[in-house]
Amino acid sequence: MPSGERAKHDVLVIGAGLAGQRAALAAAEEGVSVGIISKVHPVRSHSNAAQGGINAALQEGDSWESHAFDTVKGSDYLGDQDAIEIMCREAPEEILHLEHLGVTFHRNEEGRLGTRAFGGASQARTYYVADITGQAIMHVLYEQLMKHSALVARYEEYFTTGLVLDDDGNCAGAVVRNVADGEMELFEAKSVIVATGGNGQVWQPTTNALICTGDGIAMAYRVGAPLMDMEMIQYHPTTLAKKGFLITEGARGEGAHLLNAGGDRFMENYAPNKMELASRDVVCRAEQTEINEGRGYPDGTVALDITVVPRKRIHEALREIVLVGRDFAGVDITREPIRIKPGNHYTMGGVKTDVNGATSIPGLYAAGEVACVSVHGGNRLGANSLLDTLIFGRRAGKDGAKRAKQINTGAPSRAALSDAEGEVVELVGRERDGRRVSELRRELGEAMDRHVAVFRDREGIEQALEIVKRLQEEFPKAHIDDRGAVFNQDVLGAIELGFMLDCAECTCVAALHRTESRGAQFRTDFGERNDDEWLKHIDLTRDTEGPEITYSPVTITQWQPAERTY
Amino acid sequence: MPEYTLKVRRYQPESGQPAYWQEFKVDLDPDLSVLDGLLQVRDRQDGSLVVRCSCRAAICGSCGTKINGQSTLACKTQIGEAHERANRRSAAGIAGSDGGESAIVVEPMANMPVVKDLVTDMESTHWAKIRRVTPWLIPEGDPPEREYVVPPESMIDVTQSVSCIQCGACVSSCLSMEADPEFIGPAALAKAYRFVGDPRDAQTRQRLYDLAQDPHGIYDCTHCFSCIDACPKDVAPMDQIMRLRRIATRDHGITDINNGHRHEAAFTKIIQKKGTLDESLLLQESYAQGIAGKLKPSMGAIAGLVGSIPTAVRGVRTGKMRSLTKLIPGVHKKLPGDAQEHVQRVYEHAEEHREELNLYIAGEEEIAPEPDEEEAATPEAEVEPEPDEVGER
Repeated sequence: MPSGERAKHDVLVIGAGLAGQRAALAAAEEGVSVGIISKVHPVRSHSNAAQGGINAALQEGDSWESHAFDTVKGSDYLGDQDAIEIMCREAPEEILHLEHLGVTFHRNEEGRLGTRAFGGASQARTYYVADITGQAIMHVLYEQLMKHSALVARYEEYFTTGLVLDDDGNCAGAVVRNVADGEMELFEAKSVIVATGGNGQVWQPTTNALICTGDGIAMAYRVGAPLMDMEMIQYHPTTLAKKGFLITEGARGEGAHLLNAGGDRFMENYAPNKMELASRDVVCRAEQTEINEGRGYPDGTVALDITVVPRKRIHEALREIVLVGRDFAGVDITREPIRIKPGNHYTMGGVKTDVNGATSIPGLYAAGEVACVSVHGGNRLGANSLLDTLIFGRRAGKDGAKRAKQINTGAPSRAALSDAEGEVVELVGRERDGRRVSELRRELGEAMDRHVAVFRDREGIEQALEIVKRLQEEFPKAHIDDRGAVFNQDVLGAIELGFMLDCAECTCVAALHRTESRGAQFRTDFGERNDDEWLKHIDLTRDTEGPEITYSPVTITQWQPAERTY
Repeated sequence: MPEYTLKVRRYQPESGQPAYWQEFKVDLDPDLSVLDGLLQVRDRQDGSLVVRCSCRAAICGSCGTKINGQSTLACKTQIGEAHERANRRSAAGIAGSDGGESAIVVEPMANMPVVKDLVTDMESTHWAKIRRVTPWLIPEGDPPEREYVVPPESMIDVTQSVSCIQCGACVSSCLSMEADPEFIGPAALAKAYRFVGDPRDAQTRQRLYDLAQDPHGIYDCTHCFSCIDACPKDVAPMDQIMRLRRIATRDHGITDINNGHRHEAAFTKIIQKKGTLDESLLLQESYAQGIAGKLKPSMGAIAGLVGSIPTAVRGVRTGKMRSLTKLIPGVHKKLPGDAQEHVQRVYEHAEEHREELNLYIAGEEEIAPEPDEEEAATPEAEVEPEPDEVGER
């Protein structure tokens, strides 16, 4: 591709899942030129995996305040309430917008939008398309990108290696590698929106796709943007034992039970009111306790019994899970329970942004799982992630476009491009006497899942951090095989490992530092929530010696912290 | 842990060498996937082996490949089963299989150019075709203040085609596309049904008209069922194509210039009458219907018939039409016993139950059918069985 004109846009979106596509469409509506880059084809993005649905207080009798309160409580009071209010207020309009674009949301008997129940919610307010909600919405947004191809340039299978600032410290573009031919180039933009998703691949196993390697989190961190709530890593209560695949919370929303090996519906002992539909952190700890105390199955699992849901309903509403059970566990979920356990699932923390997605670096925005607004705080409610991507994707797209119309950014230095090219040349030509990149990656994943998971303590986190630091030292010597330019996935894998190591270090540092238990951070050595000391966010900014720790207050509008029971 | 051999079709464009086969040994549990095997190769033996992949769970649609000749997703194919299939193919002496070695054969998808190893150029083939069907909703006028109110079953009905993950397995398996690379193809037509079946879309007739008149459109499908076999998400693209045809003709009366509709009608009529296909009647019935048509054929019919002669000759020469006598009217054999009545009953049943919804909600009965019945039920979709009999595909 000839560099120059084509690689210059007012707004450049990096990542083309729901947040990125929504941001690109919103920016295009403002009449600016937009480019959207994705390291995979947009419809391969991980938003596909969001099965259960999307929350909105749209029905009569429901209110955005109720949705917001559930979210605040779900977050264990670490979510910023101003941001949560915006998200919950704007949710109904967003759902209707999607419906008008063509999303085939489930209807009730009157032909109007119908809902299902979901965890941590006081009302059934989850809108859905069978159990492929994320996929259904994302494919509709991609239809819109195809429709508006004159307004939004798509760069499909372009891998971003780093963000670039101008001399005044504005984010002014990115260095990008065309996967198809290995050409590196400098994309220029007045606003850059990072929407690259979470970093689940730091853990093994995980429900996350192989592409979820924390690229945007690390890239923003490397140019000086603070990260927030990095210790808050969600484990999902129902993942398949071996591979970590997701079984939607929608299954429990439809009435499925959790049973221990003795056949007891153990949630009675942990959340007698909400039972299986308590918040995810609560259900995960319950399961893990059953397993740890010997009431699980020998393979470290408990059972999810979906057979209590009527067959017709399963086929209509849990189609994907029927296939997942059949293809990946050899289980017909309509006839027998399926073995599950808690598994790594979601990055609540990320690049710290305001309610318009703006980071502290002028011109740099973040939206979706990569970002931390923070609407999820210590624990995200099911079906709030799709909402987060769409609301804050739209807001970032709009604000990024507004900024692009107002300002002139200086040209980013081309030195960033030649540096990045030099790094790839060095990587490709490296001696093969060290370990493979893939070996480091595996060691990282196993260490994080062992030590920084559902239950944590100082000793474990320190061990994980030590391993991360050792891997960081070893990383510059790790080698790859592929020396070509065309579709070199080896090069991309090495760059991704670098991103993952940065993310892992930040998570360990923050988890070690927060000496309390809140949401997904459960410290067995500090078992209680401690509002006096810890009702605050941990912010991490890159320093020469690693992340520098500062704090920011939690924004409280109308809900004072209270004891959290389900 | 069992050891398997993967025999992978490699192509490294920068080497200047043609594509070649390479074998890799992998160790993993039989219930892990062929993709897991490929990733093990990449991680431990050769990082230059490329395959698109992301979710590992048959959701993202990245890892479309051909495994033992079958287009599918590598992540959804268990390596133990692939090995057994490879053994069966060897035993049967199928060309391209490994003659006793029982290696699992992995190739890039067909009907698309190969970029490198298992990576194909989907943009110039698959996606270009998707864009041919105007793949977005086109409602009439401004949207309502709230949601569009539509029948609940209409949303469930299109869910089957909405489930498509654009992996390209159906495109790779499509025999019609092999013969006619311009064929819009199963994935794009399934996508088209997603809008045709959506009551919010205001362009239904125009969409159907375009797809019927296009010489590479809905009548280019030859009913081979390959796409249904290949689809990892049970989208059953061929069923969606048949729905498009039915709605185009029955609901909108669209008669296409390709003679596709009349050819299909002729086919249906002959089998209804004779139980099997009387090839001597097919051409004349396709172009010149009924006695009136034959006594006074139109110019178009004559041109069509004459134009079909080379195809007929080719059919005879290649042995597709095995007996010349079959072309003589009246020679066609009748079905034995009361078989003809059975065929008749199938037609009557189909007429009565033509309000077909998609298969997966059709399988909503509470009484579980026996597993064997479920397997057997799938192909019967073609004759539109009663919903209760369809099973749960």
